Amino acid sequence: MINSLNIMLPEIFLSLSIFSILLIGVFKKKSFNLIFNLTSLIIIFTILIILTGSNNVERIFLDSFIRDSFSNYFKILILLSSLFVLNSSKNFIIDNKLDKFEYPIIILLSILGMFFMVSANDLILFYLGLELQSLSLYILASIDRDNLRSTESGIKYFVLSALSSGLLLYGCSLLYGFTGSTNFELIANQLYKENIGAVFAMVFILVGLAFKVSAVPFHMWTPDVYEGAPTSITSYFAVVPKVAGLALLIKFMFVPFSNILLEWQTIIIFISIASMILGAVAAMTQKNFKRLLAYSSIGHIGYALAGVATGAITGYQSAIVYISIYVIMNIGAFSCLYLLKKDGKYKENISDLSGISKKHPLLAISLLVILFSLAGVPPLGGFFAKFYVFVAVLEKQMYALAIIGLLTTVMSAFYYLKIIKTIYFDDSSITFESTKNRTAQASVFASCIILSTFFLYPSFLNNLVNKLFVG
Amino acid sequence: MNFPILSTLIFLPLISSFFILLTKEKSSNISSIYISLFSSVATFFLSLFLWYSLDVKSSAFQFVEEKSWINNFIKFKLGVDGISILFIVLTTLITPICIISCINSVKVRVKEFLIAILILETFMIGVFCSLDLVIFYLFFEAGLIPMFLIIGVWGGPRRVYSAFKFFLFTLLGSVLMLVAIIVIYWLTGTTDITQIYEIKIPKEYQNILWLAFLSSFAVKMPMWPVHTWLPDAHVEAPTAGSVILAAILLKMAGYGFLRFSIPMFPVASEYFTPLIYILSIIAIIYTSLVALMQEDMKKLIAYSSVAHMGYVTLGIFTLTKQGIEGSIYQMISHGLISAALFLCVGVVYDRLHSRMISTYGGLVNYIPKYSFLFLIFALAALGLPGTSGFLGEFLVLTGTFQKSYLAAMFATFGVVLGAAYMLWLTKRIIFGVTNNSEIKKLNDVNKSEITMLVTLAFLILFFGLYPLPLMETFNVSVNSLIDNYETALISN
Repeated sequence: MINSLNIMLPEIFLSLSIFSILLIGVFKKKSFNLIFNLTSLIIIFTILIILTGSNNVERIFLDSFIRDSFSNYFKILILLSSLFVLNSSKNFIIDNKLDKFEYPIIILLSILGMFFMVSANDLILFYLGLELQSLSLYILASIDRDNLRSTESGIKYFVLSALSSGLLLYGCSLLYGFTGSTNFELIANQLYKENIGAVFAMVFILVGLAFKVSAVPFHMWTPDVYEGAPTSITSYFAVVPKVAGLALLIKFMFVPFSNILLEWQTIIIFISIASMILGAVAAMTQKNFKRLLAYSSIGHIGYALAGVATGAITGYQSAIVYISIYVIMNIGAFSCLYLLKKDGKYKENISDLSGISKKHPLLAISLLVILFSLAGVPPLGGFFAKFYVFVAVLEKQMYALAIIGLLTTVMSAFYYLKIIKTIYFDDSSITFESTKNRTAQASVFASCIILSTFFLYPSFLNNLVNKLFVG
Repeated sequence: MNFPILSTLIFLPLISSFFILLTKEKSSNISSIYISLFSSVATFFLSLFLWYSLDVKSSAFQFVEEKSWINNFIKFKLGVDGISILFIVLTTLITPICIISCINSVKVRVKEFLIAILILETFMIGVFCSLDLVIFYLFFEAGLIPMFLIIGVWGGPRRVYSAFKFFLFTLLGSVLMLVAIIVIYWLTGTTDITQIYEIKIPKEYQNILWLAFLSSFAVKMPMWPVHTWLPDAHVEAPTAGSVILAAILLKMAGYGFLRFSIPMFPVASEYFTPLIYILSIIAIIYTSLVALMQEDMKKLIAYSSVAHMGYVTLGIFTLTKQGIEGSIYQMISHGLISAALFLCVGVVYDRLHSRMISTYGGLVNYIPKYSFLFLIFALAALGLPGTSGFLGEFLVLTGTFQKSYLAAMFATFGVVLGAAYMLWLTKRIIFGVTNNSEIKKLNDVNKSEITMLVTLAFLILFFGLYPLPLMETFNVSVNSLIDNYETALISN
């Protein structure tokens, strides 16, 4: 038993570290910097623990917790993206007086929740992980508690998310009632399309998960929360929970619901098309960069779900590749926001970007790469993400989905071009402070380099992802 | 030969653009211009060497490079044959000319402009070299980014509108091609075109796939009725942008028809021939009439480009030897002539900042050298025998007569209209009365301008009088294209 605890060494290490730095934070005054640095260290250590551990499939706690290459991949993705999001936003946090010691700790707690989500093989453990994550996110959304909009976004998120968690929980209990088990694999054996009650439960679970990844029609919270929450939190919201949510969605499709493919496929196709269209149309008129990114993230989730909708392993793989590249693009885009500082305030309107290509050529070219990549124009990384998804979709001969998806790509190209137009074609209005925000610059640089050189070795991610579904 | 000459050709401009990025000059841009000029001339000579060492007696792809790229799926495959080599040489010839032209015409952000041109050159050469559908698509689409910036940053007053229109039209056309490419992959199990040529795509899929490819090529060509982005883009683009757009980007579509549509979908190509005839003839006659009425020189030349491209599509889909050879000849010669005409407009635009025909008049009295060169290009554009423009149109019409008298009759009518608008344009700006006092103070063409224009004039006359070097190059490849097409039709 003790030996098998090795399997959840990352989780154990993470929990113990969270408690110890919590103690430091409580007893030491002004400990934000120390805790922040420790958090980064903990994240790096956890990555190392996962990397040095084995990738073999192992289960413990009556098969409710599973460790395999699938969960390890997502854990590393979650940790890496959190590391970049946290470090690039450090200056922003300090400048906006959000430097409370709880901030990084709550982030770590949410990461712990996501770990259980991606490793769960059981409805109860999965729900616990999801709630740990959600509760941390509610606090994060309203962490700027003296700011009206931040608290508003926190409340909004809490009310809507609690509702969706309720639906999810209802779905879980229904599923338990109709299949007699909470274990994913046992559920899979019991779940046939004749089992109407269980199919019904599947719909509830899908609704809850669609809410977590902010897919249409459960996206309403996204723009408000993205705009209201401080940028550092928004960038976290836009990246990390999406990864965990998608991982969970794929896991549900792959394990417990694998026998009722036709039933859930229709729903996912609808959600995917609706998300792509709404993401493309609604973003066109946005003036706030964060709000625009919210709608664009809805669209991007639509593309990832198109991969899931195929119901084939190649489709899941393409969705995972998609979300990985999405993470890189979004980290870059948000890190650019941390560089738009003027008189101690961070600008977040698109019009503030006008003409920055003259005074900040490097920032402008980075945004150019990131935005064209988000639009999916070759030869940048974003194109390959979409390409793999559509290859998988067309393999299943879902022509309508592919064509709608590509047409929305053109529509969404319009608003990315509008930002590029503001940056390059318009006359300059604002000169931003040449900030010494090295970490944000490094994130932007890293993301641009990855996106623009992705075409040199485009099968890099595929090689990793191809191994996830073996066994 | 093991030396990867095609990759070198493709990536040489890209690498030199990095060097330009590294130069640190605030005021003058001499070293950026020298680096870009040097690299583009080097690329040109490399491509000439490639042309020289190409075995034109063989229709097979030569200098083939193959590298695994995406696992078991797509190979990075390059190669040239007698058709593509000419487009590569055209690209590498036009790029240094554009760089010379920007010495006079581009005043702001020269460094960025040169980088954009060089990156664009990389993508353009890539399009003509690629032997894999996905690689082709990648280069084809990637060219949008630098061109979008060239129009948008250095363009005229309505540049934003034009740049958006250009980008979105082209992107909309090409996404359907991407769907078709992926479908082809699932049908044949490969995206390598030499393998697809042999596997043969099932008949029931050909029509729909052909249409998907058409949607992309028709926008790029541009064919009527999706040509409307072209006049806007040309008018607002800076001189070098217009030159590249007219001389090379438009040729990608014609090349695409030859390389992809006809060999991969022979049955569909046969089936849709009437459609192409109708669209081409509308393009020839309608846009010629529109060109007649233009007040703006660049717009006039842009519409004449659409008409000339009408001959190209007409010639390609006659699927006769004369028709296809004529189209290729027409594309190469239009590449030279339209480039020269846009440069001529650029020369006077740099001096008077007006593209309106009414601004000019009687230029021959004040800038004779310029007027002489302009006259050569105008006559070449209307297809005067002895210039390269004549041969292309003549061969296309010969090919068309073999297939359809009616189509040929209408197309011939376009030749008359072409003469009408070009001669009238010449009459109004080169001859006629000078109303504008500023024209009297104009300087004649300077050294760099005369270098570019005389080079092009020489080539236009040379290939007009001695077409053999071009004809010999693509002869065998065209023959095998037609042979394969006919055997494919018979076997169906």
